Parts: sequence; C-alpha cells; structure tokens
Amino acid sequence: MRLIQGNEACALGAIEAGCTFYAGYPITPASEIMEWMARLLPKMNGTFIQMEDEIASIAAIIGASWSGAKTMTATSGPGFSLMQENLGYASMTETPCVIVNSQRGGPSTGLPTLPSQGDVMQARWGTHGDHPIIVLTTSSVLDTYEMTVTAFNLSEAYRIPVILLLDATISHMRENIEIPEMEIIDRRKPANITGFKAFADESFLPFGVGEQKVVTGLAHGEDGLPRASDGENAEHMLRRTYERMENNLDEILHYKTYHLDDAEMLIISYGITSRASKAAVQILRKEGICTGLLDMQTLWPFPEKLINELARNVKGILMPELNLGQMVMPLKAAVEGAVPVKSLTRADGQLFTPDQIAEAVMEMTDSRVCVEVTKGNNQINGGNNHA
Amino acid sequence: MPKTGHDLSKYLRQEMMPNVWCPGCGHGNITRGLMTSLDRLQIPLNEVVVIGGIGCSGRTPFYVNTNAMHTTHGRALAFATGTKLANPDLTVITTMGDGDTAAIGGNHFIHACRRNIDITALVFNNSIYGMTGGQAAPTTPTGEKSTTTMYGNIDQSFDVVNLALAAGATFVARTTTFDFQDIPDMITRAIQHPGFSVVEILGQCPTYYGRINKLGDASQMLDYEKDLTIPQGYVSREEMVGKKPIGIFREETRPEYTQQYQNVRQKAGVKYDS
Repeated sequence: MRLIQGNEACALGAIEAGCTFYAGYPITPASEIMEWMARLLPKMNGTFIQMEDEIASIAAIIGASWSGAKTMTATSGPGFSLMQENLGYASMTETPCVIVNSQRGGPSTGLPTLPSQGDVMQARWGTHGDHPIIVLTTSSVLDTYEMTVTAFNLSEAYRIPVILLLDATISHMRENIEIPEMEIIDRRKPANITGFKAFADESFLPFGVGEQKVVTGLAHGEDGLPRASDGENAEHMLRRTYERMENNLDEILHYKTYHLDDAEMLIISYGITSRASKAAVQILRKEGICTGLLDMQTLWPFPEKLINELARNVKGILMPELNLGQMVMPLKAAVEGAVPVKSLTRADGQLFTPDQIAEAVMEMTDSRVCVEVTKGNNQINGGNNHA
Repeated sequence: MPKTGHDLSKYLRQEMMPNVWCPGCGHGNITRGLMTSLDRLQIPLNEVVVIGGIGCSGRTPFYVNTNAMHTTHGRALAFATGTKLANPDLTVITTMGDGDTAAIGGNHFIHACRRNIDITALVFNNSIYGMTGGQAAPTTPTGEKSTTTMYGNIDQSFDVVNLALAAGATFVARTTTFDFQDIPDMITRAIQHPGFSVVEILGQCPTYYGRINKLGDASQMLDYEKDLTIPQGYVSREEMVGKKPIGIFREETRPEYTQQYQNVRQKAGVKYDS
C-alpha cells in the first residue's frame, strides 16, 4: 500500500502505460503531474519538456507522437481552452495522445483551487467541427491510476486522442492504494511497411520508419495527401473514425454499478460526485428507498444504450453534477422520456454532501419498500475494466 | 522544372503538382533552394521532416518529398520541438511565413531561439498575408499598403533577424529570392549548424503586396529586393541607411537542447522504482 496523491497516481499510471514524452505548462491544480513527469521521465530514458504555453504543449506531444512516443500533457480549464485548436488537429490526424484536464471552477480564471465538473461538454465539443474523441473521468486515486493507463490504451489502440478529466479534489487528495497490474496496449504496427498508408486504419508508423509520410490538418485521403476541396472524401474519412469508436464501445465504455439489481431509483453520476452518490445510496436504502448508482467513467462517447436499458427498470433518475447541468442533456436524450430525470447542480466550488443527494432522491419518490442492505461492497466493474 | 546542373525531380512530390502558388511567387525559389540543399547533404528523405504552418509557405512540406507535417497557424516550431526531441536522429526543418513567425507564432519563435534545439527555421517573408488575400503582416513596412492598411500601415514592422538574434538563436541569416543562388548555401549551412538556425528569405508576392503597393510584376519586384538590400559587413554605416542587410549575422556554438537533455537523463540516474 502507498499513500499517494491523485496527480501522482496520474503520473505513475502514465509511466506504467509506457508514456515516454510529456510536454506541459504549469497550472493549478494540475502542476504536480508535470512535476512528477519531470522527475520520472528522464530516469526511464523518456523526455520531459516545459513549453512556453499550453498551445505549444499539445503541439509538442502531437509532434512527438509522430516520432513514435506515447505522449501526454496535463492542464486545467484555462490551458485546456488554449489547447482546443490543436486538439482538433490531433483528432484530424488520428494522433495517439492523452490530455489530462484537472477541472477547476470556471469560466475564465474562475475558482483556481476549487473543484468543478464544468468542462465535460467542452471536452466533447471544445474544438471546432465534428470529431471523434474519448473522454474518461475518475472518482478516486486508484481510479485515477487505472483510468490513466486506460486512456493510453484506448488512444494507442484506436488512434483517437483521449481526454482524462480530473478535478481539483481528485488531483490533490491522498489515498492509500495498492498499485494494480494492468494490461498495456501498444500502437498497432502494419503488416507491411512497404506501401503503408498512414491513414488507412489504426496501424501506425512513425517518421523515420518506412516511406515518407504526409500529415495534415486539411481533409485528406488514406495516403495523407490533402484533398481540401473533396467534401465527399472528408465526410467518408470522418465517419470512418466515428465508426472506429462506435464499433468498439465494449472496450471504450467503462463504468461501475452499485446496488442496481433491485433499484427503483437510479443515481447516475461521474467523477468526484460519485463518491457522495455512493454514500447517498446507503442513506436512502436505510430509509427504505431502493436506490442504485451508475458511476460513469467514460463520459464520451456517451453510454446511451446502457442508460436507455437501465431507465426501463427504474422509476426515476437523479443526476448530480458540479456544474449548472451539462451531462444531464445527453442523459435526458438517452432516457427518451421513459422516466422522470432530475438534475441536481452546484457550481460554488464545493462538493455535494451525501445528504444533499439523498434528499433530492427522496423528493422524487414516495416509495419506502426497500430492505436495508448490509454495508458489503456490492460493486460491479462495468464495461471492459481491465483492473 | 529547369535543370541547372542537377535533376532535383526526386526531391519533388510529383503527385502534389501543380502547386497552389501564384505565377511569379517567390516561394518556388525558396523551395528549390531547400531541395538543392537536401541534394547536397544527401540525408535519406525519410529521415527528414519538413513542418509547415498555415498560409502559402505552410504548403511547402507537401511539395518536398520528405516527411511532411502541415500543422496549425504559427505552431510549426512547437510541433517540431516535440518531433525532434522524441527522435533527435531526424533532421527537422520548419517552413513558416512572416505571420507564422512574428505574429501568431511569435512566442514559439522566441522560445525556440532561446532553447537552441537543432531545428532549422526557414522564414518566407513576403511582407504580407498572401493566402487570405493581402492583409497586413507584422513585417509590412510602416507606411505601406495592404487590404487592411489602405491608408498606410502605422505599425512598426518586426525585423525577424534582430528578433532571432535578441532571442538567442545561434545561427541567423538573411537572403532574398533575388540572390537565389545564395539560398541553398544558407539553408545547407543552417541545416548543418548544430543548434537552432534561422534563415529569413525576403521574397516577392506580386499578386498582393506588389499590386497593392504598385511595385510592378515579379521581375520588377526582384529589382526592388536588390535595391532594398545590401550585403552586411562590406559597406559603411552611411550606405546602410534605409537598406536591409543580408548575409550571416551569427554562427556560434552553444550546447544543443537534445544533447543537454542527455545530461539530464544521466543526472536523473537509475530507473525509478515504484
């Protein structure tokens, strides 16, 4: 067992996943990630560089990824905003890379030291244009370690940039964890180096290996050459990377469930809020309200099929989140009006208490039929959790 | 392509022809100079990465038959820093316009100079934003016209060479498309230089800068370049007034960044035990 901080767990997870290149710029509450990477990477024969800003940081990790490195940068809201243009470039060029955003209160400089979940929509739609992206989040120090490794695994496997959302609390809190053994996935090598097309599928060759490659943010064909006026090709290439996500949802969608079997009421939450939600489930069950929890670890692509199915077995759904109601929008779309969906929000830089969440569920139901369960950890890891 | 001594066709990405540049554009002269340098240096083309920004100059990587990265506006050097640092065996060259270099990417430019990483930055300076239709650049001379300075530019223009010298670049040179035979010499020396090297090439944009400022066609603009510049070090101070000096302004050795990082790795010592 080791007592470590969330940001340290993120750095250790990155090293475990095989990260050999980190570029970043200091920002609260993410700075410890770069401090750890600055200390660890040179020991592993890897490379750390402190860039002049966040725009340069994400540019450098994309450039390094095309030199064959597994790469990461970490930031918080203001820096994440600066990264958006090059995030689109990473998506357009199918460049494996991991971008960590430890969320703090926004907009603008906002609440620099206080937690928030206000960037969940920006993480999906921050850069311009349709684009494939995977967004993961975490609710504990152990989770942060595992999800960092998972972020690298997914990015390398599918050549899609992966965003890992932490928050000021997860980043800075310390927990005792046993570092788990995890499967590590590397970039797929093509069957043939000769005639390799850099944008035919998930396989990848870096600069310097095989023939010369062309990489551009313009719409392009499978050979990478720009086709900037060929809209039909552009849509084809875009749909192809979307399908890469859609066809691998079993691998991409990670979640945990808690007391779902007999649940009449369902709490769906993510990140730090899921800790209070879990305690709220225990409070509610003492009160006789059969409640379960879905803790989403993958936010995007949104697990709409799973939620649509769960909604059919419950009488109501509560979504608490540390923003003014963002993920509740795709949630309502997924539920398709099958049951009432209630949004519980706060954006004052404070966390929900379990009582607040429990009270919000109580207001939704008169049912008091549940038999109190023992405090055993009836928790199931969902999706393809490699932990 | 006219054959003057060497056939450079293997350095040209034929499938990208015809190029997007206007008739009379200076970018072709610079690109030919780059290809001549690659021919002289004989570095395997798959070990060279040419990284461009956005604009007319940013298209250069498509036309040179090396690895090509066409990035975002102003960010070529930031991408290049990652590419070079993660694999120092690659020869990394950036092609940037004056807007890439001195406006939107100014921060990356001065920090690359400061860092002294072994990248060669070619600055295609045509004093205007060409691809977007002739707007003022940070290099548009004071008083000159563009589509956004119809009444004369009131801004002080950036001198890219002085900027690079002040920021600490270890190889700094300037030439022009009029002096086209000097271009491959300058670029070759810049690539061979073990550190961050900057070559600013003044070139003509007859379509916008020339037309708006009534400087005539491409050949008249070349004459204008000749009159505007003077080889530095050979003339008196009085003769330099109103002229832009050309030549090599600095060529010195300072520890190179990727080499320095090897020292960091050694100091960091043995493998981290988690």
